[in-house]
Amino acid sequence: MAVERIMERYTSRVREVTLGATAEQGGTRSHTITVGGDSTLPFLHFEGEVPHRPVLALEVNDVPPAWHQLLLEHYRDVLDDPGAWAAKAVRQFGADLVCLRLVGADPDGENRSPEECAQVVRRVLEAVKVPLIVIGCGDADKDNEVMPAVAEAGAGENLLLGIATQENYKTLTAACMVHKHNIIAQSPIDINICKQLNILISEMNMPLDRIVIDPTLGALGYGIEYTYSIMERIRLGALGGDSMLAMPVIVNVGYEAWRAKEANVPESEFPRWGDQPTRAVLWEAMTGAHGLQAGAHIVILRNPDALRLLRRHIEQLMVPNRA
Amino acid sequence: MGLTGLEIYKQLPKKNCGECGPPTCLAFAMQLASGKATLDACPYISQEAREALQSAAAPPIRLVTLGAGDHVLEIGDETVLFRHDKTFYHPAGIFIEVGDDLDEAAMDERLRAIGELEFERVGQQYRVDGVALRATSGDADRFLRLAQKAAAAVPWNFVIVCQDPALAEPVVRLLASRRPLLYAATDDNWEKMVQLAEEHQIPLGVCGRDLDHLAELVTKITQRGYRELVIDPGSRETSQVLADLTQIRRLAIKKKFRPFGYPTIAFTSEPDATTEIIQAQVYVGKYASLVVLRQAWRRSEILPLLTWRTNVFTDPQKPIQVEPRVYEVGDVRDDSPVYVTTNFSLTYFSVEAEVEASKIPGYIVVVNTEGTSVLTAYAAGKFTPEAVAEALQRSGIADRVKHREVIIPGHVAVMSGKLQELSGWKVIVGPREAAGIPAFVRSRYAA
Ligand code: SF4
Repeated sequence: MAVERIMERYTSRVREVTLGATAEQGGTRSHTITVGGDSTLPFLHFEGEVPHRPVLALEVNDVPPAWHQLLLEHYRDVLDDPGAWAAKAVRQFGADLVCLRLVGADPDGENRSPEECAQVVRRVLEAVKVPLIVIGCGDADKDNEVMPAVAEAGAGENLLLGIATQENYKTLTAACMVHKHNIIAQSPIDINICKQLNILISEMNMPLDRIVIDPTLGALGYGIEYTYSIMERIRLGALGGDSMLAMPVIVNVGYEAWRAKEANVPESEFPRWGDQPTRAVLWEAMTGAHGLQAGAHIVILRNPDALRLLRRHIEQLMVPNRA
Repeated sequence: MGLTGLEIYKQLPKKNCGECGPPTCLAFAMQLASGKATLDACPYISQEAREALQSAAAPPIRLVTLGAGDHVLEIGDETVLFRHDKTFYHPAGIFIEVGDDLDEAAMDERLRAIGELEFERVGQQYRVDGVALRATSGDADRFLRLAQKAAAAVPWNFVIVCQDPALAEPVVRLLASRRPLLYAATDDNWEKMVQLAEEHQIPLGVCGRDLDHLAELVTKITQRGYRELVIDPGSRETSQVLADLTQIRRLAIKKKFRPFGYPTIAFTSEPDATTEIIQAQVYVGKYASLVVLRQAWRRSEILPLLTWRTNVFTDPQKPIQVEPRVYEVGDVRDDSPVYVTTNFSLTYFSVEAEVEASKIPGYIVVVNTEGTSVLTAYAAGKFTPEAVAEALQRSGIADRVKHREVIIPGHVAVMSGKLQELSGWKVIVGPREAAGIPAFVRSRYAA
């Protein structure tokens, strides 16, 4: 019995964004990474194109973080050196790209100067040849001092810089435009703010193919379904021709998953939740996997074991399927 | 998906005899459309018209049940492709496979572990739905032995994975009162399998070689009159299963394609437990009604999958709420800080996680805001100084701490004065986002 399949015909697709720049392009990366370009829902190869596989980043901090032992054990030998840390993330653990988080700039922490932060960025750019994501410390005022210095230090490298929010996007947008970088536009689990922020950023003449959406994916068990549905709506909006939703999506999975109690409590305290190492890896990998199903293009992780699981999973999702 | 009065009217005899109650066929059709009458009231309706009307009025995906008594598992009866369009109604059943080739001790151990896969997290109870018994050895005694052990060790539901009707029969007989799913009818065995399922009134899995073949097989079986079916397109690779389950769901809902109007079952194929859980995650969200795991069974592997199932089957229109009362985080003392927040579970659990992360024990007083977040509740007049003062009063927190300081979310700083006046508590304005709690509380309250 020949069953007539339902093939959705979408009018548009997700925009492609390219990160990094090779020597010919004015940078020093060994290659670039392009994300997006999808003309269907996640991994429905039978009715559209998924031209680029989603990519996996590992997070690197500029100061030794107060992470859980289960994470720190992977990085113990490199915690004091972001360059060595990045190199380990790429060479040993197979990260597609590095996400450098400038925690050291935090005024409540080490309060490092913009120049010190720029120096760390240079160090990481020397240590690895993959495209780089750089995220500020989260203090809006301080990030507005630090990120322009970072943008300048990375001029020509076509970085992905964050994080722009509705309350604080102008300085970062300007820095990205002057030095030709890409920007992460973050909205708090809200499709209207997501769209609005993309409009605001583009009104400053930022090209649309240099914006990446961060929809604030919650961790598994902590409201992930809200962002999941918003991401599905973002993708449907993009495919339906809404230009201000047609950006690739980045999800900050390692950070969120490690806020979950399920990643942090030992089996001795919660015997009925089972062994913590497996539970913690799966909490992070599952959070990332849900992100992929909802349309994520870049997944930022912390645990190399979670990266390994998602790497295999992505390979399988990228196998062509037939209707 | 109901029919309109006119659509129904077209199928009626148009005698206008009034024997059904209302004076005309059209009036009767209107009553049928609004659910105020049933077809049986018309003595003249033809058999074809009756079938056409019943099938058109049936839901796009049939509701099928496994189990009996306290352990009924309802699957199917979904109406949308995206949860944001309405909701997903019937959480995917999760089964763990055990083969009859295991030695006795391993079999006992595994079944015991499965029978204990119940969890509690964030105030909710989770559990797996049962065990899938696979006839691996080909030995009828072994298979029956496995079923006997499973029946004793696992209180929930069963899938009988066996394509040989003779081998399956004793196991079906043993478990019949617990309404297992018999898996599966194929090209070779379908007539006997249908007979077996029908005799015991249990649901039957149907496994095709691909979508076309599945539709053909289902049609043959339904023409024989059996409709308690769970369908399987036969694919096992993640990417193809996703494609097939998507087509089945689309065809059932958008085209009301009857052969695919049944719940679905998916089997994982990954070689180890952790990658298998990630694979199963795809099927739970898109669009398997039952998922059978073959490797994972440890608590740390199952909890993440059950959590995902609960998340994705949460009704987007009905936010989960926590009970409005005082919650203790850590080893609280009478000088521990007191926070207030709303009863929207996402808000509450973010606050709880951060209080816990701060390593400074604290009390959280939850105000009933009907499941809305701080800003929404404030805007809607549900998180007012009066409401907070009353919650403080009712919660009895004053008896548990010797101080009178309450931390409110930074977003509602404007209520400080009024709240202080109404409650008599000193109001401390906390951070706007829960993520700011550890830094805030550490700088303010030495551990
Ligand atoms: S009994 Fe049947 S034929 Fe007679 S009026 Fe009612 S619907 Fe029409």
